[in-house]
Amino acid sequence: MSEKPLTSRYQRITGEVVSIPPDFPAPLAWWIMFGVSMLFVGLLIVSIAMVFIYGVGIWGNNIPVGWGFPIANYIWWIAIGHAGTLISAMLLLMNENWRNSLNRFAEAMTLFAVTCGGLYPIVHLGRPWYFYWMVPYPSTMGVWPQFRSPLTWDFFAVLTYLLVSLCFWYIGIVPDLAAARDRAKKRRWQVFFGIFALGWRGSGRHWLRWRQAYWITAAIAVPLVVSVHSEISMLFAAGPIPGWQSTVFPPYFVMGAAFSGFAVVTMLAVMVRSLLKLKDLVTERHLDMLGRMVLATGLMTAFGYVTEVWTGAYAGSYELDTVLDRFAGPYAWSFWGAVFFNFVPLQLLWFRKIRVAPVPAFLIGLGIAVGMWMERYMLLVSTLYRDWLESSVHLFHATFWDWSLYLGFIGFFLAAFLLFVRFLPVISQFEIKEAIEEKASGEA
Amino acid sequence: MAKLEPAFLVAEFSEPEPMLEAAKRLREEGWRVELHTPFPVKGMKEALGFHDRVVPHAFLIGGIAGALSGFFIQAYANWAFPLDDGGRPLIAMPAFMLIIFELMVLGSVLTGLATMFVRNRLPRLHHPLFDAPRFHLASDDRFFVSLLLEGHSESEGRAQLGRMGAVSVSRVGGELPE
Repeated sequence: MSEKPLTSRYQRITGEVVSIPPDFPAPLAWWIMFGVSMLFVGLLIVSIAMVFIYGVGIWGNNIPVGWGFPIANYIWWIAIGHAGTLISAMLLLMNENWRNSLNRFAEAMTLFAVTCGGLYPIVHLGRPWYFYWMVPYPSTMGVWPQFRSPLTWDFFAVLTYLLVSLCFWYIGIVPDLAAARDRAKKRRWQVFFGIFALGWRGSGRHWLRWRQAYWITAAIAVPLVVSVHSEISMLFAAGPIPGWQSTVFPPYFVMGAAFSGFAVVTMLAVMVRSLLKLKDLVTERHLDMLGRMVLATGLMTAFGYVTEVWTGAYAGSYELDTVLDRFAGPYAWSFWGAVFFNFVPLQLLWFRKIRVAPVPAFLIGLGIAVGMWMERYMLLVSTLYRDWLESSVHLFHATFWDWSLYLGFIGFFLAAFLLFVRFLPVISQFEIKEAIEEKASGEA
Repeated sequence: MAKLEPAFLVAEFSEPEPMLEAAKRLREEGWRVELHTPFPVKGMKEALGFHDRVVPHAFLIGGIAGALSGFFIQAYANWAFPLDDGGRPLIAMPAFMLIIFELMVLGSVLTGLATMFVRNRLPRLHHPLFDAPRFHLASDDRFFVSLLLEGHSESEGRAQLGRMGAVSVSRVGGELPE
């Protein structure tokens, strides 16, 4: 039996993870990144204030492109969020232990991305202070939401997704907060972790009930992801508009969501690993596995592109028109840009050397984030800007305030993520220990 | 008058197997045993004789309640305020399914997790066990057994735990709550 070295390993793992907040390894780099993000948060506040004061007319939105940036970006954000749930829940159910180094910050990414995404439609409402009209409450007006509309489905889907992701993330982090509380030396850290650890004392019966709850939540979270993004594709595809096929869109969107999300998880993994010096917890193996996930979901997304074009060609007439317009119309840059950024650098991930190299992995992930944004832009704008009546053709051009809001949300996301990295245990240390213990007892 | 807090014997083990063994034996002898470990250890369930299925059932019941409320909210709203949508049926099940599903998930997860916390009696920020001298290692790399002393002799408990390989044994609780 090799128990002695095991327990010293446990101690080291606890130390490495929970000593990060009180004794942050890279304060200068953190402050620089946080400062820059906060500048963009300032831009976000200004951009939202401008929309509230002057209305959505400051954006490039027009009729027929009524959705423009807000909805394209909304889908981009929610999609990124999905990978966090998939990594955490799906791999937990499949007993893939390599998830343990990634799930915590991937779930945090989900929370922040869904927050950014969820705010977009509200800002886009034009009269955002009436957003609660989406809620079915008994009002004096006697009206109810239109439950047969995907816009109402959307409200329920995103709200459920946000709450379930928050719960899943929080019950996962409680035992680690307890470990952080027990290790903390300074009073303020003890109080901070102590309150949020809820008095967790690692009790056996608590663990057993915790595990029942955690596993069932995971098992529910996986179909939830599929339902949420299928529903988001229905925002487009439930209407009879050429270019938005209701049969192709749901799986195509779910795959694309996983793809873009895994790409962003890869970027964050590289960042967390180098910023917090966690190279022995987020190892080459994790980058390798992430690279494989990105490659696999990327190829499935590529298949979605082929199916979409094929369906258009097969349907002919208006559908084919839209496909050809995407190839060579005024928004061809977004179609070919999406194809290029999503699928060309992706091919490098066939090689292990590239998958495990942080800088190329980061850059490929960034390329995919850009490519998937172009895809959403292309799907939305190229379908809407041109109807088959001369009066319903209007090009869409993003304005400064479109871009500033988008950059502001990216800044908000980064700032929130940096705060998480700074103040909470970024890695699920107890699950890593559990996996080590199980491996050791399996060998013994 | 405030009630005295229960008293516990807390024993530290450096490895999980002797802890499980000790818990099992002492439980069979009639002690009220609890474990405290840095992570869920395999074999805990058997050692503690844990058969609680309330949490999974709560998920199920919450899910059913959520799904039903999802259906009835939509059905009622359509009866109370009929929105004719191209002559389609007011109670349009295909269109209702998504919200039914989402509310099922939401009801299930919120009920299940709330039940988990209630059954675990959490949050409870302070517990007498936290006074045990090395108990902070229960979240790090040590494995603890705690025995409720009610109706048992302390010396016997100490002797038993010592025989089963406890590294240290201490007594906590039994005082007025702070």
